[in-house]
Amino acid sequence: MPDKVGIRGAGKRRFIDELPFCRAMNMVLEEVGEGTAVVSMPWNDRLVGDPVTGVAHGGAVSSLLDTCGGVAVLSHPAKPSTTATLNFRIDYMRPATPGQTITAHATCFHLTRTVAFVRTLATDEDKANPVATATGAFVVQA
Amino acid sequence: MNQKRPEPVQIVKQRRDAALRALVAGIPFVQFLGIAFERHGDELTAVLKFDDMQIGNPELPALHGGVTAAFLETAALVELGWQNLWHEIESGRLDAESLNPATLPRMPKTIDITVDYLRSGLPRDAYARARVNRSGRRYASVRVEAWQDNRMRPMAQATGHFLMPSPSPE
Repeated sequence: MPDKVGIRGAGKRRFIDELPFCRAMNMVLEEVGEGTAVVSMPWNDRLVGDPVTGVAHGGAVSSLLDTCGGVAVLSHPAKPSTTATLNFRIDYMRPATPGQTITAHATCFHLTRTVAFVRTLATDEDKANPVATATGAFVVQA
Repeated sequence: MNQKRPEPVQIVKQRRDAALRALVAGIPFVQFLGIAFERHGDELTAVLKFDDMQIGNPELPALHGGVTAAFLETAALVELGWQNLWHEIESGRLDAESLNPATLPRMPKTIDITVDYLRSGLPRDAYARARVNRSGRRYASVRVEAWQDNRMRPMAQATGHFLMPSPSPE
């Protein structure tokens, strides 16, 4: 599992590149704070879930939100060493506009010895209208 | 007795397999993830063929939670789409052989989905079956369960709500 040093500073870009699925989806770790993270995913035709409208598959958006949530947990000041998703609920507000980068923001707003609670938001280039939100519980290990 | 003779089995299978292919083959993200569907009568099983790219935790290793979520959502959506399509092809309203993304009935849209991760996803194939608990004119509620080696030990389950396509204005 990626260590907490790896997700900060110069190594932060590398952290996501080390996770095969994030690499396959071309995810980029844009920012990481104290229990917060921003991860983006550039448009790719492979993301399409509806061939008629060209809109991204919900699963592509949820993958980005899950990743961003996990990074937010690992960046929490309590410094958990590993995390895994326990429960994740995604609400889809509107289709992401085809061709646009999707960006996720996540906050780990509470952490106990065993569980981290996370809120996430996804937008495309229209930042005022969310594409999706998700809340999750992640298991953590000190 | 002038009962209609049953259709030859090959004709029936050909029609249903063609309809299922048309429903799934046109979705790029489903192809990218490596999800296929097996059919027994009207029952579908989604199969996620393992690939190294699906890993989210290289140390364990374990499937990425996003892959599992996408797999469950796909299994739920295709089950709903399939149930709609089934009536259309079995009644003869739609010709299964000539279906393509443009002529297929519109797919439902996901409103929300809640995924419970029950066990870490192992680096091997996963299977899922969805059950439509309620399908109304506008909304549907679907439950889906995924497992790997052992059917009795699910790796994840999900419940989702879906917006049904509005009937085409004919």
